[in-house]
Amino acid sequence: MDGLLLDIGLRHFLFVSLIVFVLGLYCVLTRKNAIGILLGVELILNSANINYIAFSHFSSGNYDGQVFAIFVIMLAAAEAVIGLAIVLGIYQNFSSIDIEAVDSLQG
Amino acid sequence: MDHPLLVSYLRWIVLFPLLGAVINGVFGAKIQERFGKNGISVVACTAVGLAFIFALRAFFQLTSLVPEERYLLDTLLRWIHIGALQVDIAFAVDPLSGLMILIVTGIGGLIHLYSIGYMHDDEAYWRFFAYLNLFTAAMLTLVLADNLVLMFVGWEGVGLCSYGLIGFWYKEQANTTAGNKAFIVNRIGDAGFTLGIFIIFWSLFEAGHGTTAVFRDLGHLIHHLEGQMVWGVPAATLAALCLFVGATGKSAQIPLYVWLPDAMAGPTPVSALIHAATMVTAGVYMMARMHFLFSLSPVALGVVATVGALTALVAATIGLAQFDIKKVLAYSTVSQLGYMVLGVGVGAYGAAVFHLMTHAFFKACLFLGSGSVIHAMGDEQDMRKMGGLREKMPLTFWTFLISTIAIAGIPPLAGFFSKDEILWLTFSGGHPFLWLIGFAAAGMTAFYMFRQVFMVFFGENRADEHTKEHLHESPPVMTYPLIVLAVGALFAGFLGVPPALGGSNILEHWLEPVFAGGHGGGHAAHHHVEVIEYVLMVASVGIAAVGIFLAYLIYYRQSLSAETFTAVGGGVPYQAVFNKYYVDEFYHATAVRGSLVVSWLCSAFDRNVIDFIVNGVAKVTGLVGWAVGRFDHYIIDGLVNGLADVTFGIGNRLRQIQTGNLSIYLYVIVGAIAVSQFLPRVGADTLLPVVMVFLSLVIVVGIALWLSTRRIQWRLMFTKEGVSELR
Repeated sequence: MDGLLLDIGLRHFLFVSLIVFVLGLYCVLTRKNAIGILLGVELILNSANINYIAFSHFSSGNYDGQVFAIFVIMLAAAEAVIGLAIVLGIYQNFSSIDIEAVDSLQG
Repeated sequence: MDHPLLVSYLRWIVLFPLLGAVINGVFGAKIQERFGKNGISVVACTAVGLAFIFALRAFFQLTSLVPEERYLLDTLLRWIHIGALQVDIAFAVDPLSGLMILIVTGIGGLIHLYSIGYMHDDEAYWRFFAYLNLFTAAMLTLVLADNLVLMFVGWEGVGLCSYGLIGFWYKEQANTTAGNKAFIVNRIGDAGFTLGIFIIFWSLFEAGHGTTAVFRDLGHLIHHLEGQMVWGVPAATLAALCLFVGATGKSAQIPLYVWLPDAMAGPTPVSALIHAATMVTAGVYMMARMHFLFSLSPVALGVVATVGALTALVAATIGLAQFDIKKVLAYSTVSQLGYMVLGVGVGAYGAAVFHLMTHAFFKACLFLGSGSVIHAMGDEQDMRKMGGLREKMPLTFWTFLISTIAIAGIPPLAGFFSKDEILWLTFSGGHPFLWLIGFAAAGMTAFYMFRQVFMVFFGENRADEHTKEHLHESPPVMTYPLIVLAVGALFAGFLGVPPALGGSNILEHWLEPVFAGGHGGGHAAHHHVEVIEYVLMVASVGIAAVGIFLAYLIYYRQSLSAETFTAVGGGVPYQAVFNKYYVDEFYHATAVRGSLVVSWLCSAFDRNVIDFIVNGVAKVTGLVGWAVGRFDHYIIDGLVNGLADVTFGIGNRLRQIQTGNLSIYLYVIVGAIAVSQFLPRVGADTLLPVVMVFLSLVIVVGIALWLSTRRIQWRLMFTKEGVSELR
């Protein structure tokens, strides 16, 4: 049990974080739905949180990284609020949340 | 003489009249409105009076010096200092100019007083006095100048003022024409004068002993002119003749005398001031001042003497047949000036100046007397309509008579001594023929002057009833100057009583320091009395008496008809004289007509050649301007607009990168991050060129994109429609 746990090191956490990050990125790039993109962003932020905690535990020896993770969670909550508000605004203007259709920012 | 006495008050002799002229000229109209005409005349007469006082001071300071040192100098301003030429605005008084300033300010002052009465009813009172003062200032500048250049300034100044004064009543065409004539004829003389000055400067400089314009130094340097040639003519002769041309203009000698009789168009005080006492004597004064130059050239002296004698005779003959009271006096003036010039020509400078002085007295008196008559007659000048004025105008009559006797040359009045001295020195100087001419003119002078007296003052009054009623003696302000001048005409001659009559010729001695420097005519050598001198004296008194007697017979007793003489030779000589030898007509046909033809030719040349060139230049300029305009429009503007188009086009292509599609932005971001992982790890120094290369690539790609699209309509470029169309 101990040996099994000891085998799990920093590298494993980083690998999980990478997978979560790539999944989030893929979600952000491919989704046409604005809410799907926001979900992808959440995944990316959480991958960053995993990294913070992992480095805090294995490398630095203090709790700075964990505090940062708490900040990121708070940030993600705020970002989700604003992001959803924007999406709501878009829906009111375009009757759609398909970002392919919403290209009025073009140059 | 080498060390002039420096004083600082001579300037006031010139500046006071100038100040008076400025005051009356600038504020005259206001003064006349505010203080009346007396305000004007007080200013003008005070100015001349102060000048007279300073002139007296200068004169008495001269007398307090020993004769050889009688030279006062007042340098007012540095003026022209160029190389060897040093000309200052400096005034000098020596015995000659000392005498002249007394004449100018003294007699000029009397004429100012007289003008108060004569011009009293004239609207432009202030203008008249401003001119008079300005004229006096100019004449004093001429006289006091210590160099030729400043003298020329005064010389021109009197010419200008005479123009203004002769044409004073400018509302009549004839008066302005007369003013023009005086001015233009004088210009011809002035051209000669300037040429003379230049020749003196230049040939003195060529002689290599320095050059100067100052009379005092000229007197010392002038002998260097001997042997100098200008265009194959001796420099001294040429310079003297050029100066003499100037003198013929100002002093009204043949051939330039024609302006003076016409100048009678001016008010009578002007005639007295300009044409008797001052301006016309300028030529004689100038020649006396430059006597050392004339003495160098016997040829020039011969010309001067001949012209003087001929002028004396010709003018006297014309004077015989005139009926205008002022015209007679005008020709008489020309004739008397001829005597003075004759005096200069035979080297009798002292005698010429003597005659100048006595003539100033009696001719000013005659002119002012005639003005008094004209005033009384209601501006009538024709002697045929006068007569019998003796009882009505006793003061005018007596003063006029005294001056007439003086000019006729009856001893012991002024004219006798001065005229006779000139005639005697002419004869004794070896010019018996010139003496004969002067002698004949003297007889004629006596005749026409007494003819005038008899016609004006004796016999029946031939005026109309209206004029007769208004006949009156002039006011005291006019008659007192007449009396003073008549006293001068009576006694001025005693200043120059020749040794032959037991006198000592005070004036001659007074002027001696001035004329001693030159070769001087040699009249000093004639101090021993000769029998022939008495003979000539008696002869000239005799011919004057004959002239008077003839005038008496014809115009007083009327026992002898004038027709007896006018009919001689079928009336041809009389007609010639009456019409002034047709000289005016001759000048009109030649000089005036010639100038008109030349001016027409010049005008034609101007219109056809100069204007053609000017217009051609304008056309060429216009053409070049048009071409430059086209170049600017198509080439310069094309480049500028082209640049703008290119920039716009690039921007237009690059714009399309911004699709507005979030996914594409994200792909680009991720792609860029991915690519950046493969870029070499570099510092900021090497990053900049990389960025530059990247940007260049982007621009090239943009241009390529733009070129590949359809042709842009340039004209629509900057309009809304155009821009939206380009999208």
